[in-house]
Amino acid sequence: MLPDIAVTASTGPARGPSLLIKRTEQFGLIVVWLLLVAVFGALRPDTFLTWANLSTILGSQAVLVVVTLGLIIPLTANDFDLSIAFVMTLSSMTVAVLNVNYGVGIGWAIAAALVLGLVIGLINGLLITTFRIHSLIVTLGTGTFIHGFTLWMSDSMTISGVSPILMNGVIVDRLFGIPLEFYYTIGLAALIFYLLDYTALGRRILFVGRGREVARLSGINTNRIRISCLVVSSFFGALAGVLYAGTQGAADPVSGVSYQLPAFAAAFLGSTSIVPGRFNPWGSTVAVYFLVTGITGLVFLGFSSFIQEMFYGGALVVAVTLSQLVRGRQEQQF
Amino acid sequence: MDAPAPLALRLSNLSKTFGGQKALDQVALDVAQGEVHGLLGQNGSGKSTLIKVLAGFHPPDAGSLLQVCGVDVPLPLAAGAFRLHRMSFVHQHLGLIPGLTALENLLINRLARRHAWAINWRAEHRKAIRQFESYGVPIDPGALVSDLPPVERALLAIVRAAGELSAGDGAGNGLLILDEPTPFLPKRDVEQLFRLVRSIVATGASAIFVSHDVDEVMEITDRATILRDGRVAAKLDSKTATKRDFVQAIVGRQLLATTPPRLAEAQAPSHIVIQGLCGGSIVDLSLAAGRSEVIGLTGLIGSGYDEVCYLLYGAKRATQGQLAIGKRHVALPAISPKLAIEQGIVLIPGDRATAGVIDVLPVSDNVTMPVLGSRFRPWMLDRRAMVRRAGSLGETFEVRPANPTLPMSALSGGNQQKVVLAKWFQQKPVMILLDEPTQGVDIGARQNVFSHIAKAALEGATVLCASSDYEQLAAICSRVLIFSGGRVVASLAGAEISKDAIAERCLFSAAPVTAEGNMADVA
Repeated sequence: MLPDIAVTASTGPARGPSLLIKRTEQFGLIVVWLLLVAVFGALRPDTFLTWANLSTILGSQAVLVVVTLGLIIPLTANDFDLSIAFVMTLSSMTVAVLNVNYGVGIGWAIAAALVLGLVIGLINGLLITTFRIHSLIVTLGTGTFIHGFTLWMSDSMTISGVSPILMNGVIVDRLFGIPLEFYYTIGLAALIFYLLDYTALGRRILFVGRGREVARLSGINTNRIRISCLVVSSFFGALAGVLYAGTQGAADPVSGVSYQLPAFAAAFLGSTSIVPGRFNPWGSTVAVYFLVTGITGLVFLGFSSFIQEMFYGGALVVAVTLSQLVRGRQEQQF
Repeated sequence: MDAPAPLALRLSNLSKTFGGQKALDQVALDVAQGEVHGLLGQNGSGKSTLIKVLAGFHPPDAGSLLQVCGVDVPLPLAAGAFRLHRMSFVHQHLGLIPGLTALENLLINRLARRHAWAINWRAEHRKAIRQFESYGVPIDPGALVSDLPPVERALLAIVRAAGELSAGDGAGNGLLILDEPTPFLPKRDVEQLFRLVRSIVATGASAIFVSHDVDEVMEITDRATILRDGRVAAKLDSKTATKRDFVQAIVGRQLLATTPPRLAEAQAPSHIVIQGLCGGSIVDLSLAAGRSEVIGLTGLIGSGYDEVCYLLYGAKRATQGQLAIGKRHVALPAISPKLAIEQGIVLIPGDRATAGVIDVLPVSDNVTMPVLGSRFRPWMLDRRAMVRRAGSLGETFEVRPANPTLPMSALSGGNQQKVVLAKWFQQKPVMILLDEPTQGVDIGARQNVFSHIAKAALEGATVLCASSDYEQLAAICSRVLIFSGGRVVASLAGAEISKDAIAERCLFSAAPVTAEGNMADVA
C-alpha cells in the first residue's frame, strides 16, 4: 500500500562517475539541441543557418514558452492545468474583440484579458480544492467550456486588425535583431526560476507537490498554495494570449489547440534537464526551442506539416519516459 | 490417540527462523472439527508468523509437520495453496473493494481466477441473497461496500470466506482463519459477528480466531492456544479457564494481586490541560500534564489511543474539547496543523513514508520545511545557509550519512526518523506528540531517538507518546494511560510501569462492558 522506504545499501555517493552522469543529464538536452542545429545547418546551410531564421525561431515561439512556463507551476504542485491553452485563445480573442469590434483602447483590452485569466484560474483552483476533484478533470472541463465560449464570442471567425501598438511592442520592435517578445519570455523564466528556487513560497509549492500530507502536517495551507498555482498558470495563459494577439495582429479561435500538447511535451522534456527531476523554467525554455528547431528543420528538409504532430506527440512520450527514468521510476501520482 | 474424527488441523514441531532469531519454536496447534480455536499472544509472540506459514507466505523450517483432516500435507505450502486444503482467511483489513457492490466483492476471487463469459447477474444475485439468508446476515447484495456499516463489511468478508471453504476439494469440512477481524468494530456489533461464526462452525467447519482481546476469545472459542516468544505458553479450555489464566499465560508472569491504585492527580503543576476531547473513537478525554512529563498512550488495537495525537494537532478533526497551554486556550475543533505549530505543538506521525518525510527531496529541504519563513529570508532564500543549518542539526541528531544534500530515500528508517525529530525539535516545542516514534527504526537508532525525546522533555516540553510497544513506553514514560473503547480505563505511574504491567492492564481493560465491571473482575 505504502511505497517502501528505499533503504539503499550504499548511501555514500560515488563522486567520480556520478558527477559525469549528473552533468550529462543536466546539459544533455542543450548539447542535443546544438547538434540538431548543426545537422540541419549542414544539410540546409543557406536557409536554416541564417540569422533571419534563427531570430524567427526565437521570436515566434515566445507564446509557447509562456504557456509552458505557466504549466510548470501547477505541475510542481502536482496539479495539471489543461485549460491553459484555451485561456490563451480566450485571452487573445478578448483583446481582439474588445479592441477591434468595440474600439476599446488596447491597454484596457489587455487588462480585461489578464483579469479574465486570473478569474478562470481562481475558479479552477476553487473547484479542485473545495470539491476535491482531480485537476485533470476540472481543467479539462473548464478548458473545453472556455473553448466553446471563445468560438461563440468570435462567431468562429478569426478577428484581425489588432492595434499596431501591441504588435510593435511584441514582434515588430527588435533588439539585436530578435523580437522583443523573446526577451519578455526570458524575463518570465527568470522570475519563475527565482520564485521556485529562492522563495519560501516556491519551496512550499514543491513540498505540496511531492508530499502533500507532509506539507499539510508541517503547517502549510496546501489548498491555498494549489489555488495560487492555478491562478498563476491561468494568468500566464492570458499573458500568452496577449502575446499571440501581438504576434499575429489577430486572434484565431482555435489556435490554443495546437499549443496544448507542445507545452506539455516541453514541460516534461524540460524536467529532464538543467535541474533533472524537477519542472524548471530554464529546462522548459530550452525544451521549447529544441522541439521547435527540430520541427523547423524537418520542414526545411521538405516534410510537410504532419511532421509537427508526429514530432510533438513522440516528444511528449519520450520526455515523460525520460523524466520517469530521472525520477527513479516512481509511480506518477496523477 | 485414536480420535473418531481426525483433527481439522494439526501443526506440530513448527519452527521458523528469521536471521538466527526463532520466531516460532516447535509450536504445536490442534484444531478439532467443529471447533472455534483461539490463538492469542502479544505482538511479536509469533501469531502472525504462524498464520503466514499457513497462508504459504513464509516457508517454515525443516521438520515442521502439517496434517489437514488426518492427511499429511507437505510443507512449505505454495502461496495460495491453502485453498486446495479448504482453508480460507479473513484478515483484519478484510480484503474488500469499497467501490464495488457486496455481490461483486463476493465473486472477486472466483472472477479473478476463472474466466467467465456472460455472467448471469440475476442468478448470482439470487444466490447471494440465499447465501446471506442461510447465515442470517442482512446484507443487500446490490449495496456498495463503502455504504455498508463496518460490521456488515466484516460479515460479508466472513461469508465470502465461508463460501470458499466449500469450493476447495481437500478433505474435511474446511477451516476458517479469522485474523483479528474485530478490533475496529463497536463492541455491540461483535456479538453479531460471533453468531455468524457459530453458524458456520455448526456446519462442521472449524475456525481459528486470532485476537488480542481475552474477553472475546473466552466468549467465542472452545479452546485456545497461547503463544509467547515463539513458543506455546499454554493451551487453555476457554470454558473453564479464567481471564486471569489467559492474561498470565500471555504476559508470562504471576499477576499483581490487586489493581494498582489510581494515580494521584497532578503532582506536578499542570502546564497543559486537555478537557473533554471527543473525536474519532475518542470519548471525553481529559488530561493534565506538567512540563517535562512524558506520558504514554496505549491500549489494544482499535481502542483509540493512536488517534489522540492527531486530534490534538488538528490533523484529524476533533468534535469537542479544549486545550490550555499555560494561559492560552484553544478550542480543539478549531485547531489546524498551522495553528498547532504556532502554539508550539509538534507532531511526529507514525506513517513516516506518507506523512513524515518527502523521500524524493533532500534532507535539507525536509529539515527546514517548518522554519523557512521564520529562520530564513522568505523572499531571498539562502540555500547554502539552509544546507549548513541542516548539516549542523544533522550533527546534533547524529544523522548518518552526514550529507544533507542526499535525498531522504538514501537514509535508513532510523536516520529518517532522526531527521524528522530534528525538523520539529529545532523550534523548542512546548508539546510533542509522538505516534509510534520508533516504528521501522533499527535498534541502534532507537536509543538515539529515546535520548532526543528525553532531552526535549528535560528542556521543558510535555511529551505524549502513543505506542503499542510496551517496552518502549516503559523505557521513556513517567505515566502511561491505557485506553479501551475510546476512554482511559487505567493509568500507571512511576515504579508501577513495566512492560508486563502495561500488557496486563491492556489485556484486562479491554472489556466488552464498562471499565468498572471489568476492574471488579480483577480484584
